[in-house]
Amino acid sequence: MSAPSSGGASRDGYGAGLLRIADDPRVVIIEADLGKSTKSCHFRSEYPNRSFSMGIAEQNMMLVAAGMASSGKVPFASTFAIFTERAFEQVRNGIARSGLTVHICGSHGGIHTGTDGSSAQSIEDLAIYRTIPGMAVMHPCDDLSAEELTVQLLHYERASYMRTARNKTPRVYDADTVTALRIGRGSVIREGDDVCIIACGVMVNEAMNAAEELAVNGVQASVVDMHTIKPLDGELIDAMAATCGCLVTAEDHSVIGGLGGAVAEHLSRTEAVPLEMVGVDDQFGQSGEPLELMQSLGLTSDDITRSAMMAIGRKSG
Amino acid sequence: MSNRIDGMGLDSSELVEMARRCRINIVRMTHEAGAGHPGGSLSAIDLLVALYGTELSIDQNDPGWDDRDRFIMSKGHASPAVYSILHEVGYLSEVDLMSFRTMGSVCQGHVDMKWTDGVDFSAGSLGMGLSFGLGCSLAATMDSSERNVWVMVGDGELQEGQVWESVMAADFHSAGNLKLIVDRNGIQNDDFVDVQMEVGDVPSKFASFGWEVKEIDGHSFDDILEAINWATGIHHSPCAIIANTVKGKGVSYMENNPAFHGKAPDEDELRIALEELS
Repeated sequence: MSAPSSGGASRDGYGAGLLRIADDPRVVIIEADLGKSTKSCHFRSEYPNRSFSMGIAEQNMMLVAAGMASSGKVPFASTFAIFTERAFEQVRNGIARSGLTVHICGSHGGIHTGTDGSSAQSIEDLAIYRTIPGMAVMHPCDDLSAEELTVQLLHYERASYMRTARNKTPRVYDADTVTALRIGRGSVIREGDDVCIIACGVMVNEAMNAAEELAVNGVQASVVDMHTIKPLDGELIDAMAATCGCLVTAEDHSVIGGLGGAVAEHLSRTEAVPLEMVGVDDQFGQSGEPLELMQSLGLTSDDITRSAMMAIGRKSG
Repeated sequence: MSNRIDGMGLDSSELVEMARRCRINIVRMTHEAGAGHPGGSLSAIDLLVALYGTELSIDQNDPGWDDRDRFIMSKGHASPAVYSILHEVGYLSEVDLMSFRTMGSVCQGHVDMKWTDGVDFSAGSLGMGLSFGLGCSLAATMDSSERNVWVMVGDGELQEGQVWESVMAADFHSAGNLKLIVDRNGIQNDDFVDVQMEVGDVPSKFASFGWEVKEIDGHSFDDILEAINWATGIHHSPCAIIANTVKGKGVSYMENNPAFHGKAPDEDELRIALEELS
């Protein structure tokens, strides 16, 4: 697949996606003083009568969204990923348990958010929202896929959490290829049969770089953009396990409970193959440039390459 | 043209009788379940009876009517009060009431909109209902609907920070169709509110956030009906009725007794309660 070299941040895609679904009068946005950051601000500028500021009060925001959903609206509520966590119980009890379709977007997820430091670097959001019954969890890798998945959420009738990233990453998709994406179905963006790298978010680009590095050494890697962590595309994981015989997960998130955890859970109940997990190893970040932090915490393409070789080395026979 | 329905159209004597029947069902269902929260149900029931009996625009044949008034019981442990009212409305049967808190029952331990026709909010975790009500209120305004959104919270619940997030937001958004009732019974789970953490001058607190406020006797139907009439006449801002009530009202040994916040009457206690309420 061709990969245009530049693009926007996935949060830009969220903002663009909201504008594309704005013709549906049920769509409302709810903010907690971070609309300029999450990019719901563009919707607010165009549709102020369907945009609601709740101030810096995330718990209230989640339940206001729930009340609107119960009254026939399709609310998109956003703030930083880390601050959605403050309202975890509200999401659990007030939204998901009630069977209400509220779409939550947490931007600035992961250590990639950079110099703001560890207080802003959500590395557990994917894990905690995965545990809520029936809740979908997504983490797109570029602006175009975030836009496409946001558009698809309009007709996705269950509570969802989408993590977006602060910083721009190279586009993985173009305007044509992105339309093939579907919530809940992983996307194979490179094919190889020695190892499969399953990545999400900003780590998809690192995975593609790792695959290039591996190819130089004669190792052919598949790369899957697992933009939906829940419901997890188990069929695709099984197929890649059968084809490649080992897997590597890569996420800008704790290795506990996120994409790696989800894949490990799936493998434990199916055909077990060697699995290596690239992610944050049970520690907090700090202030720094994204690249510095990724190097410090082991989230680079080199780390994926090493993990791929370890996984291949663990294959039997 | 308005499509409002003015409650169940009951007069004062019918309200008194309905409240008596509801109190009987509250003690019966909590006794049958061997669990539940009779105290806060009995303090709230006169307010619910007046609201459903005279004001709430709901369709007794269609609990899911889109344009109904909403009633959000934020203090979700007072579920026996809600179920007893929904029985009077016709949404729940006697069998439903007596299945309270059992597996598969439509009468879950705390009110739950997924389980029960006529329940507009899934409660059980305090502090969330007013926010939910604000969402319903904003949606009603978007729809240019006349429907009102009524929310009930407990006074202990006012200790939850989220309540004040929503109080501030409701004023900011001029939620004139949002009507709050505070069941000021003075008792919470562990003890009296003034022992656990006194919530202070509640009317002044709401007023300072820009709300219209009225303080009443929550067991006087004259007071309650006047307050409902007052509240429905307010359209420019949210309003709060601070209803001074007695926890366990109507059952002598439960009245003002923290022990019956979350304890069901045993056999002897049930007999006494039924004698007093009959």
